[in-house]
Parts: sequence; structure tokens; C-alpha cells
Amino acid sequence: MALNSLEMNDWETVIGLEVHAELATKTKMFSSALNSFGGEPNCNTDPVSLGLPGSLPVLNEKAVELAIRVGLALNCEVQKSVFARKNYFYPDMPKAYQISQFDLPINKEGWLELPDGRRIGIERAHLEEDTGKITHVGGGGRIHEASYSLIDYNRSGVPLIEIVGAPDLRGPDDAREYVSELRSILVAIGASDGKMEEGSLRVDCNVSVRRSETEELGTRCEIKNINSLRSLGRAIEYEAKRQIEIIESGQEIEQQTRHWDEAEGRTHKLRSKEEAFDYRYFPEPDLVPVEPSEEWVKEIADSLPSLPRDRRHLLAEAIEVEPSETSLIVQRDLDTFALQAISFNADKNRVLVHLENNLADGIGELTPEAFASLTVMEMNGELTATQAKTVLADLVELGGDPQEVAKSHGFESMDNSELEEVVDRIISENSDDWLSFINGDETERKKKSGFFVGLIMKETSGQADGKIVNQILSAKAKN
Amino acid sequence: MKATEIVEKVSSGEVSARSIAENYIETINESESDVNAFNLVTAEQALMDADEIDSKIASGETLGPLAGVPISIKDNLCTRGVETTCSSKILEGWKPPYNATVIEKLKEAGAIIIGKTNLDEFAMGSSTENSAFGPTRNPHNLELVPGGSSGGSAAAVAAGFSPLALGSDTGGSIRQPAALCGVVGVKPTYGRVSRYGLVAFASSLDQVGPFANTVSDAALTLEVISGHDPRDSTSIPEKPLEISGFLNQGIEGMRIGVIEELSGKGLEGISPDVSSKVEEAIKVFSNAGATVESASVPASIYGLSAYYVIAPAEASSNLARYDGIRFGPRVEASTTAETMTATRTKGFGDEVKRRIMLGTYALSAGYYDAYYGKSQRVRTLIMNDFAKAYEKFDILISPTAPTTAFPLGDKTADPMQMYLQDVCTIPSNLAGHPAMSVPFGFGEDGMPIGIQILAPAMAEREMFQAAKVLESESGNGIE
Repeated sequence: MALNSLEMNDWETVIGLEVHAELATKTKMFSSALNSFGGEPNCNTDPVSLGLPGSLPVLNEKAVELAIRVGLALNCEVQKSVFARKNYFYPDMPKAYQISQFDLPINKEGWLELPDGRRIGIERAHLEEDTGKITHVGGGGRIHEASYSLIDYNRSGVPLIEIVGAPDLRGPDDAREYVSELRSILVAIGASDGKMEEGSLRVDCNVSVRRSETEELGTRCEIKNINSLRSLGRAIEYEAKRQIEIIESGQEIEQQTRHWDEAEGRTHKLRSKEEAFDYRYFPEPDLVPVEPSEEWVKEIADSLPSLPRDRRHLLAEAIEVEPSETSLIVQRDLDTFALQAISFNADKNRVLVHLENNLADGIGELTPEAFASLTVMEMNGELTATQAKTVLADLVELGGDPQEVAKSHGFESMDNSELEEVVDRIISENSDDWLSFINGDETERKKKSGFFVGLIMKETSGQADGKIVNQILSAKAKN
Repeated sequence: MKATEIVEKVSSGEVSARSIAENYIETINESESDVNAFNLVTAEQALMDADEIDSKIASGETLGPLAGVPISIKDNLCTRGVETTCSSKILEGWKPPYNATVIEKLKEAGAIIIGKTNLDEFAMGSSTENSAFGPTRNPHNLELVPGGSSGGSAAAVAAGFSPLALGSDTGGSIRQPAALCGVVGVKPTYGRVSRYGLVAFASSLDQVGPFANTVSDAALTLEVISGHDPRDSTSIPEKPLEISGFLNQGIEGMRIGVIEELSGKGLEGISPDVSSKVEEAIKVFSNAGATVESASVPASIYGLSAYYVIAPAEASSNLARYDGIRFGPRVEASTTAETMTATRTKGFGDEVKRRIMLGTYALSAGYYDAYYGKSQRVRTLIMNDFAKAYEKFDILISPTAPTTAFPLGDKTADPMQMYLQDVCTIPSNLAGHPAMSVPFGFGEDGMPIGIQILAPAMAEREMFQAAKVLESESGNGIE
């Protein structure tokens, strides 16, 4: 595209996401057919999920419970709710209407906190049923050229929660962070498996742009068919640029629903606002309003596990850093381990560094005690950073005591007089370099410092502590 | 023969269930070609079921309360493996894979299903002329209509094809044909009888109920089919009704109100014969020790208008599933949308199309509040007015229909004239209250007239007690 990044800076992208998550119930939302992914087409169906004449929906209590869990985890108000019919014709909709919630959703007005502490508004999180799945055969899988279509109703009637976020996100990174945070929450509370690749988590994205420093929202377009976090970012980037170009060329944005084409890396128009469906919502007469009692909601609230946000805050307090810095550790589910290590007097800073950089693949056989004493050894200068990394790798693989592992590698800290002897020897063997280290400008000094440290480390087979070597070199240079 | 007598004779071994069934089948063979009460006569299966009852008797097994009693079933109730058409081309040939709950209950009680009866397509009509399979005729005079929409069921009982029948009542579809055919017809409290397996017309109004020659047979049948059903969310969590043991308690001291808006001068188009029968009924009740006074349900005059928004609105959604994709005949066209359109264009009759269009319009964006919203508020007003009336009265009465049976073709050209047939019956559906029609003599044309008895929600017992008093003075029926 023709816009450069400077021009992009004059604009702000405003994003609001609608996330659909399949709820992890055993059976469907309104019948006893199984809710399970995969399996032979149409094996998990019954009169209700096929919409046969005379069939009636009966609400799955577990789906309501999971929806309330989601609402509470997103700081929503749980309220008396009413199901509504959303009417439209499509072969994947067996009844030609979807049972959803309209003016009275089960959860309203909450928020989700991003790792950096910003709160993103949640407008509502309501219950609805999923549709079947259509496969178009022939013509490259597109409906218009297909020779015939197959419909699998296994997904029909699977409970969904639709989480409608406020337009509080400001770019592709924000959107991705929001979705991963939301996914972590859904998984943590057992509401959904959150698998985007299996379609149990689906994201529709509303994008608009406005000039920086302005308040008024621009006309938005909704993007569908986003199947991964990567496509989400790409789609937003593409769409924002498209809209900016249109406005900069003096035209207006038309409110549209657009389709993200992953292969082409662009969005296509599906339909305009005028072509939008009139869903003719009205209260579902086959179901009664859902009125969860206060006691039940409280019971559910009490059963919620600690949420990613709380865990970030707890760990941040323990390590004395900003919550955003603990996000990776919480994501890796290593925060409890970190807190245990700290309770064994581990060095907080080293805990953070190791968990972020050196324990990405998990802790294996490492115990919190061993981890704690490792960090203490580092702080006491018994181990260099490099040595600590080696010891840590062994502890992860085999377990054991860091003192012994260090010893087995021959990592015993050098005493300073021994080290000074080595430094003196190296200086005398390289007197020209030493002179340029002492007399050189900043650049030269840096270069030579690296040269000397390298030689000394080589001489001591890495057992010297780089920090101390530098101290000795500076001291000698001053003399 | 009365159903209660059949049960007695079959159970005692005096008469075999087979011979009972054979008798009724013989009557069907004699006159069905004149009446056209049935879409399908299941004679073979009925005889097999009767044999099973007889063998149970032979082996001394306990029998159900309807053992050996033949019953006709309105063709909008799902019967497993037996064609269920709703008298519509769009369901021609469809065999449900399951039984409606009421069918299960009847079978368990030992009833013998003898056939599926004709109706106005999808229960939309008041004369059974809107059937795709030809009209049913009134057994009292074959030139006249039997009423509708359950005209086939009413005619089957009146013609002696079966002592009992089931119908469905959305705006009077049991009571009005019962009145026109001179039989007892009952619409129970909404939620008293399970709707599971009743092909929906207007879900918030539909209710299944019995037809019988006598009040006690109707009571027995209602006892069998009533009771909570976990498969219907709108089903009332109550045990099955107990009425039979209380039928002869009389109405001494009962306070009876005559709804002025639906009787005598209050009702436009009421025939003098019908008016004078209401007066006669008042005398019967007074003589039996009840106090009878004029009662007012002012909002009931808006019932018809509200009904013709709410019922079509729900119908437009309920009937959307008939698209030729999963069941029923399909008219192939070049695209999915065209296939659906062609299937529906060919499959539905005019009245069904008229109501789908009415309902779709009433729910459309921008019109919803003016039509559907307002009608729901009228519905609330009617409930409130009934509640006020029931502060002063135990039951209310009115004529069931403004006139006796009318000639075939008389009202088909003017839907409004046809709709007016239900002006007295609709308010009970909107309120969800029970109401029944009791035959009470004949007009000068020799055609039956019915008196409607209305009761507050759950007060079926009092309603039946009054019906019993009326019946004993009517000289009608086969007491």
C-alpha cells in the first residue's frame, strides 16, 4: 500500500472484538445430544439439534453455570436473562432461527485487564447456540461454484458464549493481547478449551479509524473468518490501511461486513449495511427466563480459581515489579513455582530472569528449594550467570542439589587473588593492547575491555565472574 | 359407547379390545368417504395394538386407564414412524422418528390410536377447509363445515369413528369445532399438557387437549395426557390432573360470571339461537345452586386483534424450518435461496402464507414495537382483566362460537369473517387459562351449539364440575 508509516501515525485504529467461545459442556445447549468435536458427520444429533417439527429446547444448566463463570471472571453483572430467536434462513440453521439472547443477556457490563494494566470494557457476554457446518463440494469450496453441499449438524446446538468487547483496543497488538488474555481466562475457569484451530474460539473484529487526537468514532467494518491470532493482527493492519486510504482520497467509509482472505492477505466485501439481515428478534416462547439465584451466583463465584490478572498482581507484588513483567510467567503457569521459590528466600530478580529466559520449556525435575538456593549461589558469587544456566539445565533434567551439580561441573568460584594473578599475566602478555585500553577513547576502551575479558574467561575456562574481572581491570587501569 | 364403559368392559373381559376396534373401523369404513375426518386411518396397527391389550388381559396384567379405547389424533402430533403432515404438502410423507409426549402417555394408558385427523394446514383456520388434502365435513350436515382447525378430530368423535380424539387449541381450535360438531372439547391451562411433539403453530398459545362425547370421558383423557414433562420447558411442574372423582360434586354456591363482551348484545354477529342458549345455560346453573351474574373482561374485545399479531409472528418463525433442506419434499432450483423459496412457494397454502407474511412484517425492524410489542401489552391487559373478574367469580361463561356451523366455502373468500369465529375463544389462549366447550342443544337449523366455560389457571376441576351440570341438563350427548 502507498501509505508510509509516518502518514499512519496521524491515525488511530479503533477495534472492538466479538469473541464466540464454545462452552465445555458434555451435552448440547438445548438437548442431550453430545457436544464433542470430530466424529462422523451427524452422529451427535437428535430431534432438537436437527430442528425437527415438534421438538422443543430444554436449557442445559451446565451451560448457564459456565456462562455465569465467564461473566464473573470478566467482572460483569449477572442478571435475569431472556432467550430470543434470531431469525434468518441458512441451511446450517436447522430451525431457520438461532436461539440467542438479545435485550437481556445473562452478563452485562464488565471489563478485562490487559497485562499492561489497561482495562478493556466488556459490553455483554450472552448465551447462544452454534450452527451446523457446511462443506461445499466442487468449485474450490465456494458456495457459488459448488456442485453440491454437505451439512454436518454435530455442531448444531453446541452452547456458545458471545463476548462483546467495547471499542477500547487501539491496534493489532492490543487485539492479540486481548484475545490471548480472554483465552487464558476461559481456559482457567474451565469454560472452554479455547482452541482457535478447532473453531472453539472464534473472533469477529470491528475496525474503524480516526485522526489522532479526535474523539468521534469512525464508521466501522466488521471482519469475519479470522482463524488465528496472526490473521487477527494482519486483518486489522490491512483493514486500517484500507480505510485510511479511502478517507485520505476524500471518500467515505461504507459500513460493511468483510471477509478476511488469509491466502491473499486482504479483506473482501461480504455485504453492506443495507444488505444486512433483519433478524426479527423476539422472545423465545419455548423457553422461560433464566433467573439465577443470588446463592447460586455466589457459589459459582466462590468456586472460581485464581484468574490470570490476580496471579500477575500477586507475583508482581512478591517480586516487586510491575504486573506486566510477570505476564509471561503466569502465561507459562510458573507463578506458583516462583512464589514457592521466593518463600525459600530466592533472589527475586534472578527468579524473574530465569523463569522468563531459561525455563521456557518448563521446570522438569527442578524443585523450588533447589531453584531458590541456585539464585542465592549466584548472588554470593559462587556461580557466574553462565554457570548458573548450565546448573539450571541439569537440575531441570535430573533434579538434585545445585551445590553438588555445580561441583560436578567443577564450578567453584575462583578466589580473587588467584584471579588477579591471571589478570596480571594477561596484561603483561598483551602490553600494547593494555596501553590502548588505558589511553584510548571511549570506543577503543570498550573494544579492549571486551578483548581482555574474553582472554581472561578463556584462561579460567569460564569460571571467572565477568563482573569482577571488569572491576579488577578498571582498578588496574586507574593505578 | 362411552370411553369409561369401554374400559370397564374390556378390562372385565366382557368385550375384547379387538372387537371394539373392529366396530369403530367398520363405522369409519362406512362413512369416512363422506366426512373425510382422517388424513390416515391406521386400522392395521390399531388391531395389532388391540390384540396386545387382549393378551395382557388374558395374562392378568394391570391395564391402563384407557385400555382398549380407540382415539383419533390430530395430524400435527408426532407419531413415530407414522406420517405426520399437518395437512400440508410441505410435510407430505414425513415420518417423525419420535412420539409426542401425549402419544407416549396414551399408549402407556392402553389407548388404541386409530388414525391421524385432518386439520386446517398447520392449524391455521376455523373450518378445516385450509387442508391440503381436502376439507372435512360436519357429520351433522355434510354441506357444513365442522369448524377448525381440529375439525377432523371433532368430526371423528361426532361421527362415531372413535370415542375420543386429541386436538390442539391455539385460538379456539379445539373448542370451536367441538361446538360446531356437538362434542365436548377442552383447552387446558397453558403448560398443563406437554407440547413436546406437537408441531408448533404459535408456541406461547398452543395447547393439546381432548375431544369426547361426554364430560367424564374428556376428564379421563385429560388426566392421562396431563402432567409435567421435562422435555417441555413451559410445562407446569405439577402431577397429572385428578378430575374424575370430583365430577359430580355440583356447583352449589359457585359464583358464575357471564362475560358481557362475549355474549348477547356485547358480541357482534352472534346468532339469536346462540344467544338464547346462553340464557338457557344461565338458568341451568342458577337452578343448580350457583349465583350467576354479568361479568366484564373489557380488554377481551382486543383479543382478536392482538392474537392476529402474536400468533402469526410466532408462526412466521416456527414455520421457517420448512425449507426443503432436511425433511419434506424439496423443489430443486439453481441456488440454495431459490430452492428454499420454490419449496415454500409450492408447499404452503394461501392462509399459511398470509400468516407468515403478517408475522414477518409484525416482527420487522421498525415495526416490532408498534405491532408485536403492543399486542403483548394487550395480552397483559387481558390477563389483568381476567384476574379482576376472577376476584368476583369462580368461573366465567360465554358462547363458544358466535354461530352454528356454516356452509363450506361461505367464509373462505373473507379471512376476517373466518377469524371472527374465534372471537370468544381467543382470550383464554392469550391469558393461558383453561376453557372448554360443552354441547348444549341445537339451533333452529338443527346444528349443535356449545357453551364455553372458562376458569382461572389451574382450575380445571371447577370448570369440569360446571360442565358436568350443564351436560346433565342438555339432553345432548350419549349419557
